[in-house]
Amino acid sequence: MLPKWLRRTPLAWRQLLKEKTRLLVALAGIGFADMLIFVQLGLLDSLFDSATKSHQNLQADLVLINPQFQTLFYVKNFPRERLLQTLSYDGVVSVRSLYVDTAQWRSPETLLNRGILVWGIDPANPAFNFPEVNPYLDQLKQLDRVLFDRASRPEYGPIADLLQQGPLTAQVNDQTVQTIGLFTLGASFGADGNIITSDSTFLKLFPQRQPNQINVGLIQLQPGVDPQAVQAQLQAGLPNDVNVLTPEEFAQIEINYWESGGIGFIFGLGVVVGFIVGIVIVYQILYSDVSDHLPEYATLKAMGYSDRYLLTVLMQEALLLAALGFIPGFLLSLGLYQITYMATLLPIAMKLERAAFVLLLTIIMCSVSGAIAMRKLQSADPADVF
Amino acid sequence: MQPPVISIHKLNHYFGEGTLRKQVLFNINLEIQAGEIVIMTGPSGSGKTTLLTLMGGLRSAQEGSLKILNQEMCGANKRQLIEIRRNVGYIFQAHNLMTFLTAKQNVRMSLELHDEMINQDLDAKAIAMLKAVGLGDRVDYYPEKLSGGQKQRVAIARALISYPKIVLADEPTAALDKKSGRDVVEIMQKLVKEQGSTILLVTHDNRILDIADRILYMEDGCLVDKQLV
Repeated sequence: MLPKWLRRTPLAWRQLLKEKTRLLVALAGIGFADMLIFVQLGLLDSLFDSATKSHQNLQADLVLINPQFQTLFYVKNFPRERLLQTLSYDGVVSVRSLYVDTAQWRSPETLLNRGILVWGIDPANPAFNFPEVNPYLDQLKQLDRVLFDRASRPEYGPIADLLQQGPLTAQVNDQTVQTIGLFTLGASFGADGNIITSDSTFLKLFPQRQPNQINVGLIQLQPGVDPQAVQAQLQAGLPNDVNVLTPEEFAQIEINYWESGGIGFIFGLGVVVGFIVGIVIVYQILYSDVSDHLPEYATLKAMGYSDRYLLTVLMQEALLLAALGFIPGFLLSLGLYQITYMATLLPIAMKLERAAFVLLLTIIMCSVSGAIAMRKLQSADPADVF
Repeated sequence: MQPPVISIHKLNHYFGEGTLRKQVLFNINLEIQAGEIVIMTGPSGSGKTTLLTLMGGLRSAQEGSLKILNQEMCGANKRQLIEIRRNVGYIFQAHNLMTFLTAKQNVRMSLELHDEMINQDLDAKAIAMLKAVGLGDRVDYYPEKLSGGQKQRVAIARALISYPKIVLADEPTAALDKKSGRDVVEIMQKLVKEQGSTILLVTHDNRILDIADRILYMEDGCLVDKQLV
């Protein structure tokens, strides 16, 4: 035997189904609003993901930076001796240093210069854990050798293709270098591409940089040591011209930098606009549904149905619209993500949390619309039916 | 003798507030017994429909006494009004069917109000009722595919399926031609007699006066009782 509520006529469902065109328009509208929100959230996520991709590949338990360090695209230095000082603290096993700066890469094809992010690592003790990089470490020790990020934007030239014919001569900061191999990191909103060099090559490419002024210090701890405890000790013991951070905090600095700039706001605005568009569309649909059926609702009240029953029907309608409208919005967004990825090479993909968040937003969106449309429903007066 | 199903004593009713307050019903006294068929006629604006909405619990009674099925409606709360509505069948001038429901589903809606019925085969009951009004072959039609007379017969099926003690009908034949109007009234008469319901029917239609046990005449908010000869 079916439960009671299933044995009742599904009024909300019947009402939605009766006007197929209106239903389709409603679903298209909600789907469009969802798509707008999905794209904005996706771009925002990809902004943060791409900006912190390199952070996630650092071999470090703690990170040392200049306190004024805000972003990888405008680096600040600090004395290398601070990093070496950390070795005297309990729990610290080893340290690595990393140079970062932006150089001009000249495309071998168009001969146009374009900014590229240069990572200077110690080949004997690399800061990154890219398995692709390891086979090249010995070759990198020679001067003027670089590895190129195959996920860089195509404006740098078809480097991956050209490399198949052997090492490739390229120009970085007007100096000739040999590209000897590839790795994968990815473009971001700040950097269209990346190259990895040895620290010596880095200093040659940037003659104004001092060898003892590094950008990022990476600290490796003994297994089982509490990083937070060491972090506190280091922060207390070292002069305050450096900050000691966990890798997560280091990544957060980069995220904060992008959030504080207008970009985070712009994407947030897009989400809000999508949300409001959705509310307006669903409200329009529900309002006209209620208006069109007002005499019928009044009749139901006259028959003895309570206000609460009719409000439930309206909310059911709103939630059905939310659930049905989410599906096309979700599918369209998958396609748009793919198109955006192909056009920008930014890491943009559907995430379960984002889908759940947008579904939640859709439900809120439809509920709010339903709540506004309810006011109209109250005006259905059973005394008017005669 | 059973108590009357409708008992009205010194009922007054007003519309509007303050200086705009206008009395529309004056000192109405009326008793209707179980099983009676009563027709109420009178010119437009005489207060017939207002009296009907008061009896059906669609409006709150203001002054005097109005007892429906022994429930005092003067000062009744919202829940009591809703309870009375569930025991009254309505038939409207415009059929007021749900356009997005089939004939069968429309009739079901009336049964679903009663929790004790929900576990029975509501579809079978609805179909049986539609057969009784001569629409056995139209159960899955939407109202837009039915003629005026057919729609009104669905409305009758909806009003009578839960065996209401009282049926209130407002101009049920106004929108129908002579033949369909006559059919509708005869079906109504037959079913309420079978069920032992009381029916109060407001109409201008002289063609149907003959079905009544009693005819009431209303003018300017006052009731004039005329016994059938």
